[in-house]
Amino acid sequence: MLAGYPLLSLAVWLPICAGILVLATGSERNAPLARWIALLGSVLAFAVTLPLYLRFDAATANMQFVEFTAWIPTFHINYHLGVDGISMPFVLLNSFTTILVVIAGWQVIQNKTSQYMAAFLIMSGLINGVFVALDAMLFYVFFEAMLIPLFLVIGIWGGPRRVYAAVKFFLYTLLGSLLMLVAFIYLHFESGGSFEIIDYYALPLSLPVQILLFVAFFLAFAVKVPMWPVHTWLPDAHVEAPTGGSVVLAAITLKIGAYGFMRFNLPITPDASHYMTGFIITISLIAVVYISLVALVQADMKKLIAYSSISHMGFVTLGIFLFNNIGMEGALLQMISHGFISAAMFLSIGVMYDRMHTRQIADYGGLVNRMPVFAAFLMLFSMANAGLPGTSGFVGEFMVILAAIKVNFWYAFAAATTLIFGAAYTLWMYKRVIFGAITNPEVAKLTDINPREFGFLAVLAALTLAMGIYPQPVTNVMHVSVDNLLAHVAQSKLP
Amino acid sequence: MTAMQQLYLLVPLAPLLGAMVAGLFGWAIGRTFSHLVTIAGVAVSCWASWLIFQDVQAGHSYNGTVYTWITVGSVSMQIGFLIDSLTAMMMLVVTFVSLMVHIYTIGYMRDDPGYQRFFSYISLFTFAMLMLVMANNFMQLFFGWEAVGLVSYLLIGFWYTRPTAIYANLKAFLVNRVGDFGFLLGIGVVLAYFGTLDYAAVFAHAPEFSSQMISLIPGSSWSLMTVICILLFIGAMGKSAQIPLHVWLPDSMEGPTPISALIHAATMVTAGIFMVARMSPLFELSQTALSFVMVIGAMTALFMGFLGIIQNDIKRVIAYSTLSQLGYMTVALGASAYSVAVFHLMTHAFFKALLFLAAGSVIMGMHHDQDIRNMGGLRKYMPITWITFLIGSLALIGTPFFSGFYSKDSIIEATHIAMEHGMAGAGFAYFAVLAGVFVTAFYSFRLYFLVFHGKTRFHAHEPNELDAGHEESEEHPGEEHHGMPHESPWVVTVPLILLAIPSVLIGYFTIQPMLFGGYFNGAITVDGALHPAMPDLQRDYHGAASMALHSLSGLPVWLALSGVVLAWFFYLRRPEIPEAIKHRFALIYVILENKYGFDRFNDWFFAGGARALGRFFWHVGEVKIIDGFFVNGTANLVGWFATVVRKWQSGYIYHYAFAMIIGIFALITWFVRVV
Repeated sequence: MLAGYPLLSLAVWLPICAGILVLATGSERNAPLARWIALLGSVLAFAVTLPLYLRFDAATANMQFVEFTAWIPTFHINYHLGVDGISMPFVLLNSFTTILVVIAGWQVIQNKTSQYMAAFLIMSGLINGVFVALDAMLFYVFFEAMLIPLFLVIGIWGGPRRVYAAVKFFLYTLLGSLLMLVAFIYLHFESGGSFEIIDYYALPLSLPVQILLFVAFFLAFAVKVPMWPVHTWLPDAHVEAPTGGSVVLAAITLKIGAYGFMRFNLPITPDASHYMTGFIITISLIAVVYISLVALVQADMKKLIAYSSISHMGFVTLGIFLFNNIGMEGALLQMISHGFISAAMFLSIGVMYDRMHTRQIADYGGLVNRMPVFAAFLMLFSMANAGLPGTSGFVGEFMVILAAIKVNFWYAFAAATTLIFGAAYTLWMYKRVIFGAITNPEVAKLTDINPREFGFLAVLAALTLAMGIYPQPVTNVMHVSVDNLLAHVAQSKLP
Repeated sequence: MTAMQQLYLLVPLAPLLGAMVAGLFGWAIGRTFSHLVTIAGVAVSCWASWLIFQDVQAGHSYNGTVYTWITVGSVSMQIGFLIDSLTAMMMLVVTFVSLMVHIYTIGYMRDDPGYQRFFSYISLFTFAMLMLVMANNFMQLFFGWEAVGLVSYLLIGFWYTRPTAIYANLKAFLVNRVGDFGFLLGIGVVLAYFGTLDYAAVFAHAPEFSSQMISLIPGSSWSLMTVICILLFIGAMGKSAQIPLHVWLPDSMEGPTPISALIHAATMVTAGIFMVARMSPLFELSQTALSFVMVIGAMTALFMGFLGIIQNDIKRVIAYSTLSQLGYMTVALGASAYSVAVFHLMTHAFFKALLFLAAGSVIMGMHHDQDIRNMGGLRKYMPITWITFLIGSLALIGTPFFSGFYSKDSIIEATHIAMEHGMAGAGFAYFAVLAGVFVTAFYSFRLYFLVFHGKTRFHAHEPNELDAGHEESEEHPGEEHHGMPHESPWVVTVPLILLAIPSVLIGYFTIQPMLFGGYFNGAITVDGALHPAMPDLQRDYHGAASMALHSLSGLPVWLALSGVVLAWFFYLRRPEIPEAIKHRFALIYVILENKYGFDRFNDWFFAGGARALGRFFWHVGEVKIIDGFFVNGTANLVGWFATVVRKWQSGYIYHYAFAMIIGIFALITWFVRVV
């Protein structure tokens, strides 16, 4: 029944159209209408992505739900969409997160509401485009275009240093991606005039060329992940971004970097990937250890979780560059799980910020006395952030550590320190914010979460637990695609 | 699914259901229904465990999958159950003690605003502990392992407004995480070499790897089995509080007393002991690991016992005694007497839960004062608590015929045999467990005499202000003086009595089957030729009664007796002597008072060091170097460069003309040079 519908195009364009519609509601007078259209649009957009999972054929590594139309025939640029087991989960995750962001901004955003909602809807469609594009130019366009709404979200609805943060974020990511464009153009000529990403997989390339291409892609994606030492835009962006911006930033856009490694670096430049693996693993482990220690001493909750995100993404890059299936699937699970947990953490901080208008840990303490339900939710999410078994946070880390031991015991040793550091920074923050007696009189006036907040936290809690208790349905769709990717990596492309 | 399999599922799920109902809907269903539903869950679980235990005794065991958690390539991880004699015994102990604690809690937490939450947590704990002991693979073991740690964290910090409680729970979680760090790596190494995490498969293939060497540091060579076992044992050191990861357990006494009994004495802390016993097929392959286990256990048994002598908080004395007894169990593991360790685990679970619950009863009677210096003569006021506490203490010090005697004496004998066979570290361990007998008797009866005998010292007693949210309301109309101690209600005393019975009897009746009757055959593997502790013990064993009578001519009983007598002399007859000793040997006293400095060192080195390193990375690495120098430095460089070149764009024609002339001149010079 659904076979005839262009599901991927819908996933991309439906939220964008909804966003334009929201924008059309215009002034603040129509804000309620804008909210409802945004909610309806995001729910519909998520609904059209569900068949991608339900009707996904887990037995093939080929691209599915493919759409193909010539776009700019002169340069052989095509509107070519498709998903495999690696990209499909992120389309769902992204579309789902958009609903959360719309709900999270419901009463909180009272300034330029329609533009705010529209920015997120449009961004959601563009990000879906990044995950489903199979044409290099199309990918590049989506990849750069999605920066614009995020830039605006930070720059307009952000905190006091929003302009610094927005410009830093924009320049950082733009500088990285320019070299990727050069790489695409080189590959275009080398492949005899194709912009098809899949065509590049079969292209023989000498090692020096591969290394240059690898570095070009690497810079683009490492900034996005972000990997140490090109990560410093993230804490600033998070601190200044509104809650919704932080959620999308952490839950989705960071994943684009890791996705890029899987889509471009590994299959296009496998020999260079092997050549560079020691370097990448080293900086991944620095992210895990060094960044964890930096997170420990943060006084701002958002900064703390931002650093925690970088540390968790270190597991992702580590898992990818171990080149075995446990590590790779662990990395993918870690990405999805981090999508839930970081979203939940930032939403929780938003819940507190909306009431107290501060994110400093020192301004809190004893919240549990006034907000017991919220404290229970945050306990769950903190434990998930600390990688407790039974939550989704455990699955990815566990698998990556297991995979690392197969490669080198000391990789796993360094990575496993997250068991201690992750618990230390998360639970220490929890202790100072939630436990204890009330010291700040402002805290004494707080009221517990309202049904709207309860709703989105409960959904995330359920997802976090479900994926921790039964991750099999998530990995089932990945196996064949991951094996296919590993086969590409294992095969030398030296001419 | 067969009826038995449904029963297996019922055991962990019934408490989980209770926990969920009480936790999520406790606000709606109220206190009585909350405790009824959780108690019903645990009671069902206990009853099912009993049926399973009988089924196992009939010779049935089970190893099967409930569902597949994840599959990646050739590796498949399951949630599954392994039901054998070891599991069945643990299930019975866990559910029985848990049931007693649940009932006791009705009385103990009666006035606490977090009543429903508390019941939810202890039922959740029961679920997690059962998942741990019923696991048939390492992954689920780790699941349960961390889950009990979580509940322990929640319960130590149950009174979350107390600074000490929330300090203690964070500390407990982090120290346990240090152990889990090793544990997880151990699991990883198992997977890397065996390709599976299933117990049965790993144990079956373990002998093939017994001579496998691996090189962790280039140039060195380690036995694979030693590496695996020591890494796994680091996990046990965290959970079972062995030196140097013991530091969290005394502080965990910040939790409500029922928890100290259930989690920090009877069940959770013995998870490490259970785990090593479960892994006996692996540990048997590494002499080094066994010696390591034994030495760590011996140190814990002796040095933690010393600390019990100088504590004045009733719960802390018992906490240190728990540490010391866990050390005994660990020594037994090191001697390859796994079944003896598990036997002591079981007897200890009963008498230590009893001691803690009785201590809780004392604390209630004393209106939440825990300082034994304010007690004394309580036997007149709390007769049931007194008798049951005495029974627990007698069992703890190893009085012949009491349960603790059989298990502890077997440990001492096993250590002796290991020493005679020249095992590394066994000499020290033997000394430690022998000296430990005296120390145990001394601190146990110091506590007992100070609390229940002698002069009453509680007249000027004021309710402890720390218990503001939890003080006993004055609802005892029968009391002549409301500040006086009083016996606890029946929900408290009945569990005491029910625990006192096995504390006395269970050793006598079960030593034969558990140690020598082959009850653990198939569950515990011992290489009798290499590690002869069990066969030699069996050779010398001629029945439980004869063992007790025979012991009268042995050293341990006399050591225990002298400990009791000395405690009596010091604390009832001549209280000035301990005071004098305290001043005469001030240095030793200070060392003990500071618990050998572990806490201070950890706070300074690990906690302080991590924060200092974090601040250094933050200020220097992030702010100065990456952001300051590279990121903003680049921006500043561009800005500076632009400022400089901007000056060249002066707008004056003669400036530009001059520049052109210089340019032409330079170019011509260059061309001429080339030609």
